[in-house]
Amino acid sequence: MSKFKKKKKGLPAISTASLPDIVFMLLFFFMVSTTMRETDLVIKKPVLPTASEVKKLEHKSLVSTIYVGKSKDARIAGDKIQVNDKIIDIKDIPSFIFAERALRKEEEVKFMTTSIKADKEANVGTILDIKEQLRDINALKVSFSTTKGTDLKSNY
Amino acid sequence: MARRENSEINAGSMADIAFLLLIFFLVTTTMDVDSGISRKLPEKSEDTPEVTIKEKNVLDITVNRNNQLLVENEFVQVTDIRRLAMDFIDNGGGVSAPKDGNPGEPCDYCNGAKDPASSDHPSKAIISLQSDRGTTYGMYVSIQNEIEAAYNELRNKLSLKLYRRSYRDLLKDYKDSPTESLKAKIDNLKDKYPQIISEPEPIK
Repeated sequence: MSKFKKKKKGLPAISTASLPDIVFMLLFFFMVSTTMRETDLVIKKPVLPTASEVKKLEHKSLVSTIYVGKSKDARIAGDKIQVNDKIIDIKDIPSFIFAERALRKEEEVKFMTTSIKADKEANVGTILDIKEQLRDINALKVSFSTTKGTDLKSNY
Repeated sequence: MARRENSEINAGSMADIAFLLLIFFLVTTTMDVDSGISRKLPEKSEDTPEVTIKEKNVLDITVNRNNQLLVENEFVQVTDIRRLAMDFIDNGGGVSAPKDGNPGEPCDYCNGAKDPASSDHPSKAIISLQSDRGTTYGMYVSIQNEIEAAYNELRNKLSLKLYRRSYRDLLKDYKDSPTESLKAKIDNLKDKYPQIISEPEPIK
């Protein structure tokens, strides 16, 4: 009878030897694609307006970002401008751009773009003031940061 | 004599370490692509030459602090701007500005109404956006977006006619493989419908 005894053979264990390889592959993907958030917002996070005709900003290293939005403290009215980690005055924008330029190579300066990330409730006056300051120092490439979408109704 | 032991390093915890790192990067990663409407600001120069521009070559868009829009003194909605701007730019009622000694030519690629009371030529058509300091930024971006859309649509139409390929596709091709011929095509389209947007001082 022993001939017909069922052979007790469990499932062979799945080899987990390649698991570290898979995980490492994922790890490298995320390491390469990750961008650490380099600025902490001091102002309230701006709600970007929606636009359909958007262009991607090409060279991330050549972009300097200006944030415009309300203060976190609800009692303080008006638009606040933040660059890097602090709130600045409109007339300090040129010095910010100069500082940004100093970090880049000279031949790259003319490709530098200023990205304005402003809240959709912000006043156009503030934005136009910023644009005027940028014009003064010949930082002519500007991008109004938006989220892509077709629902323009939510903007106003 | 040293003991020669061929002991293997235990690699069992390798996966755990890698997982830990993986989770860290998963959490901290932000894959936001920064996109937006790009604009080139006009250069500031001391000697601005006086140019006379005919009233009919300017499309006046005014927006007040209550986000209400006036186009050529008529009350409109944001969604109307695209059509109005396209009609205005593509009108082609007259001749272009004389260039390099050549006299102006009528617009042979325009599909507009050829209304003599509207713009002469796409190269002469100026869109003026007069905003108030109190206008909200969202409204401002919407208008800019609609103007951009008008130009893109016109370029698209012309591109389909000339090259049987949309302007958007041309731009995409150019980004994938920048060649001289593609650049020439894109520049030609941009030249046919140049973006001329003027933003006067805001109303206080």
